[in-house]
Amino acid sequence: MSTDARPDGGVEAVQGGLTSRLGAWLGDLDVYRVALYAVLLFMVAFYLTPIETGLVTSVKTNAAVIHTVPLAPPGPGGFTLAKWSMAVDALARGMGNSLLFSVPATVISAFLGSLAAYGLTVADWGKRAKAPILALFVAAIFIPYQAVLVPLSQFWGQYVQLGQNLSFLWALGIDKAYAGLIELVVTHVAYGIPICTILFRAYYKTMSEEMIESARLDGASLRRVYRRIVLPLSTPMFAVVLIYQFTQIWNDLLFTLVLVSTESSPAAPVVLILAGLGTSIEGTDFPLRMAGAFFAALPTLAVYIFFGEEFAEGVTT
Amino acid sequence: MVGIFVAVRRLLRRMRERPEDRSSVRADGGVVADERRPGGSGPGLLDRLAGPIDSRLGGDFLESSPFWLPPFLLMALFVYGAILWNLMISLTDYHGFANAPDYSHLDLQMYARALSDPGFRDAAVNTLVLLVAFTVVTLALGLVLAILVDRGIRFENSFRVVYLLPMSLSFVVTAQFWLWMYNYNNGVANIFLGVFGIGPVDWIGNQSIVLWAVILALMWQFSGYAMVVYLAGLRAIPTEHYEAAQVDGASTLSMYRRVIVPQLKGATISASVVLMVFALKAFDFLYSLVSGYRPPNGADILATKMVREAYANLNWAYGAAIAIVLFAMALAVVGPYLVYQYRRDNL
Repeated sequence: MSTDARPDGGVEAVQGGLTSRLGAWLGDLDVYRVALYAVLLFMVAFYLTPIETGLVTSVKTNAAVIHTVPLAPPGPGGFTLAKWSMAVDALARGMGNSLLFSVPATVISAFLGSLAAYGLTVADWGKRAKAPILALFVAAIFIPYQAVLVPLSQFWGQYVQLGQNLSFLWALGIDKAYAGLIELVVTHVAYGIPICTILFRAYYKTMSEEMIESARLDGASLRRVYRRIVLPLSTPMFAVVLIYQFTQIWNDLLFTLVLVSTESSPAAPVVLILAGLGTSIEGTDFPLRMAGAFFAALPTLAVYIFFGEEFAEGVTT
Repeated sequence: MVGIFVAVRRLLRRMRERPEDRSSVRADGGVVADERRPGGSGPGLLDRLAGPIDSRLGGDFLESSPFWLPPFLLMALFVYGAILWNLMISLTDYHGFANAPDYSHLDLQMYARALSDPGFRDAAVNTLVLLVAFTVVTLALGLVLAILVDRGIRFENSFRVVYLLPMSLSFVVTAQFWLWMYNYNNGVANIFLGVFGIGPVDWIGNQSIVLWAVILALMWQFSGYAMVVYLAGLRAIPTEHYEAAQVDGASTLSMYRRVIVPQLKGATISASVVLMVFALKAFDFLYSLVSGYRPPNGADILATKMVREAYANLNWAYGAAIAIVLFAMALAVVGPYLVYQYRRDNL
């Protein structure tokens, strides 16, 4: 997928030209075409099976889970929405908490990434001096977060104790546990900046230089160029970055586990509750877990279904 | 009179320039710096420095710094500052309920402990197996899918959307799905194998199988990503190359092997770096699989062992040491990648 958002028609047209040539070359082998589609459909089954079996299982009664094939829908007697309502009850507060930190963290990291990319791409200064700074940004994308976890706990636990420093908030009746969500926002912003910067940089590299140069020659400051030219033109890339970041932050478990720690906390995000849902000594309640998994995945699934093109662009840039 | 004045000015200029600008050739001759008196501090200092800095680093250096410097500092503090801090902690013997490590005695004891810990060695081996096997099979499947999708098929978009769908899901969610897929009695995996008269297989409980089961699940989640990257690579190859192979009378298979696949080197490199990083982050998946810090026997990797040692066993310094090993592994993958990108002028 190239970086410009092509309407699907464009792809098809290019493809069409290539197809006719390839088609002529292959002598229109019908067997070949059939085999091609068979393989493609088999792969569709491969990708959808785990999701499909999860979906049908989530609406089965415990008896139906044992007595029906996992891929088959429940029979008339085996259908129940009880597990869904249990899952929604357990996860609803987690959904709210997840939104509470994911949305600000996504917006702030995207905006800071755009600023940094602007200063490092459009602004004209030494290429040799930029290279090490950019290398630090790129390398930071690939850091395994385990390498910063213990210092992160120390930082939030011993040095910046939001639980004490923001006492005016808790005096308003907000539960102290929500300090964990503020920590999550700052943490996700800090670790999200590198990928956002690199995504925006890839986009700003393709921007028309003449327009910015002529504005600069007319005496416009960098601030003015950013506000009047670059920011308005960044809208499509903001869509890509916001979608990518939202998916990443919503889905992350590790920071949540370390900073919020317990699923019984009133501020527990949805992934934390889901990770422990439906386990007990008697065994795993699979229908409940499946229902919970679907419920927790709804926001990112919705984002993917409505903005699939932007998501694909975000992961490939 | 004027001559002496010019000479003194020149001398002063040279004295001022030397420490900050010894070797570089200055284009503007430091004109801006000359307008100010030497020795002034306060508001004048920044202006005096602006000339040499800008002439050395390019016109917009200072003006652009408010844009990139604050995000850079925030990121650098949390990423590189924290890694250095983590390195320090790994040299202490911080454990238990103490609030902060004691930095007065630093040694390599934790690394020695790691080397003599069979659990660490198993986790390191599993990490390498996961890293290599997962990356290779995911790239291979992604390449095959990309080539198939690129054959000018109908409903291309729908196929792509389905193949990439698992990637939009959280590890926590996909772990639930695969736990059910791998269920011994009612899972799809065993029912599928049962059709061929194989099994049932204890996917999660069997120590020698569970790692491969995890790799299969991760491949399911990320092969769509590899496909999208390869598809972009394939689309970037000019049609003439296909035509040239056609004129040469090459078969489809040899055309791909000799002409097309070698041109996908860039796509392969960037996709494999990203996939390896995902493999290093497989913690979320393994944690959710068992709802706890202890992954199934045979599937412990460094990422899970690090978090378990630090947050379940409170061996903070030991966890930090394992984290440094993990970081070194990531660096071994990413370092060459950065050099490669820098050489291609792609940073």
